[in-house]
Amino acid sequence: MAVDLPSRTAEEIAGLDALDLDAGRDQTRLEKIWANAWPKLAAIGIALTIWQLVVWSGWKDSWVLPGPAPVFEEMLRRATTGGDFWSSILTTGRRAVVGFAFATVLGLLLGLAVARSRILRAAIGSFITGLQTMPSIAWFPLAIVLFKLSESAMFFVVVLGAAPSIANGVISGVDFVSPVLVRAGRNLGARGLELYRYVIGPASLPAIVAGLKQGWAFAWRSLMAGELLVFIAERPAIGANLQHARDESDMPWMLSTMIVILVLGILVDSLFNVANNRIRRRWGLADGNH
Amino acid sequence: MSVQTAARTAVPAATPAHAVVLKEVSKVYGRGHHAVLALDRLNLTVEPGEFVCLVGASGCGKSTLLNIVSGLDSASAGTIDTGGAAPALMFQEPALFPWRSVAANVELALKLRGVKRAERRARARELLAVVHLTEFAERQPHELSGGMRQRVALARTLAMDSPVLLMDEPFGALDAMTRDILHDELERIWRERKLTVIFVTHNVREAARLGDRIVLLSSRPGRAVAEFPVDQPRPRRIDSPEIATLAASVTDRLKEEVRRHGR
Repeated sequence: MAVDLPSRTAEEIAGLDALDLDAGRDQTRLEKIWANAWPKLAAIGIALTIWQLVVWSGWKDSWVLPGPAPVFEEMLRRATTGGDFWSSILTTGRRAVVGFAFATVLGLLLGLAVARSRILRAAIGSFITGLQTMPSIAWFPLAIVLFKLSESAMFFVVVLGAAPSIANGVISGVDFVSPVLVRAGRNLGARGLELYRYVIGPASLPAIVAGLKQGWAFAWRSLMAGELLVFIAERPAIGANLQHARDESDMPWMLSTMIVILVLGILVDSLFNVANNRIRRRWGLADGNH
Repeated sequence: MSVQTAARTAVPAATPAHAVVLKEVSKVYGRGHHAVLALDRLNLTVEPGEFVCLVGASGCGKSTLLNIVSGLDSASAGTIDTGGAAPALMFQEPALFPWRSVAANVELALKLRGVKRAERRARARELLAVVHLTEFAERQPHELSGGMRQRVALARTLAMDSPVLLMDEPFGALDAMTRDILHDELERIWRERKLTVIFVTHNVREAARLGDRIVLLSSRPGRAVAEFPVDQPRPRRIDSPEIATLAASVTDRLKEEVRRHGR
């Protein structure tokens, strides 16, 4: 065997590797933030402009449909003068987090059970998808009869709203794990739980995050519907504020509450997007250079 | 899991002289009218340190065979003896875990074998050095080229520290130049580590370039129908006349086998 063969091969390999990897330019952090932010800022600007134009057109009296300025003034006033603004957000936030957390545990367990068992899948697989199509508001009459006007009624509906989406995410995640990864994992010696921990679990993470994101949207909608229907004395909440504002014909309060609901929903949704983007970048699905 | 028996009869341990012994191995998929015989009473004996290439046309059950030898699948009949070692298997796809870095992919193989954390790091580095990828240890698999990924897969397979390496068309998806270089690499690693390799390919020249012996499999069902010793000294070049001559005679025999299905 020629003495210089290994080093020559090593050089060839290093050469090919260098040619194979393309040198891409990285955006700076500021560029990234700006590229992300300006379309959103523009969209908000356009929406506010349209709103103001509709007000100026005189289509409705200003006490029925106030413009952006009085609405944001009202929001600022309520946010700064103590009162119920922050405690409402806290109450609603706590309900959302507790309900969503419970739905996550339930959805993960249910999804895993259905994904693993052929019999369970045949029995309740399509039923879970069916549950997703059921509008959450349709659960409330039953929930109120079962639990009265209570936290439990809202919790019940939030969990029922979110858990099916999360379970579906797990099921489709496990279903679409590439068989060759499972074979590789088994050949490396992963068995039973190890296989789930090191291969199937991480491999289904993108679908699970998608399920969580959708589950959150359902949970938030269910909770808002619930808070419109279920008042609990001395415990102000965002949805309940909406109803009070209507009762008192306090349109700036109503619209500012709606904006709070929208912003909170978007904020949490963007957390899921951050997680999603991180996974996609790590896996090489994000920028099409794989 | 050294010995698998479809009939669950006691089988004498392999004489240490053999690395892998397959006796009358058959595999049937499906049942009744839909049953397909993928492997039919296949016999194969591989010596320790031997590099055996299996070639065959489509439907010769090459992948089925490797799955059975590796223990991922079970035989319908016959005995498989790998002398106590769980063979390491490498696929045509790199099959790397995309959520783990290059080093973490190799480390997982060590972790699943119970290697301690402190030791894992160093061992993974060593293995990546074997395939010339030390400087890419912290990259994600998607950042590498196809050939580099396949080298990571090789490092991960070597991390199993198995004396028997099963390879299922591992270089089938690579360009010719990368493949030539990886042939040199694999030959070096096989020699240095004294591995026993069963290498499946449909590329007859690749088989002649790498193997000590070429075993030709028939198609539907798969059986070992011919053997060709490769007497050329190493290192060999895939474009040498000797390899081309040998490959031509193997190809002729393979075509004969394929024609049998056209009649």
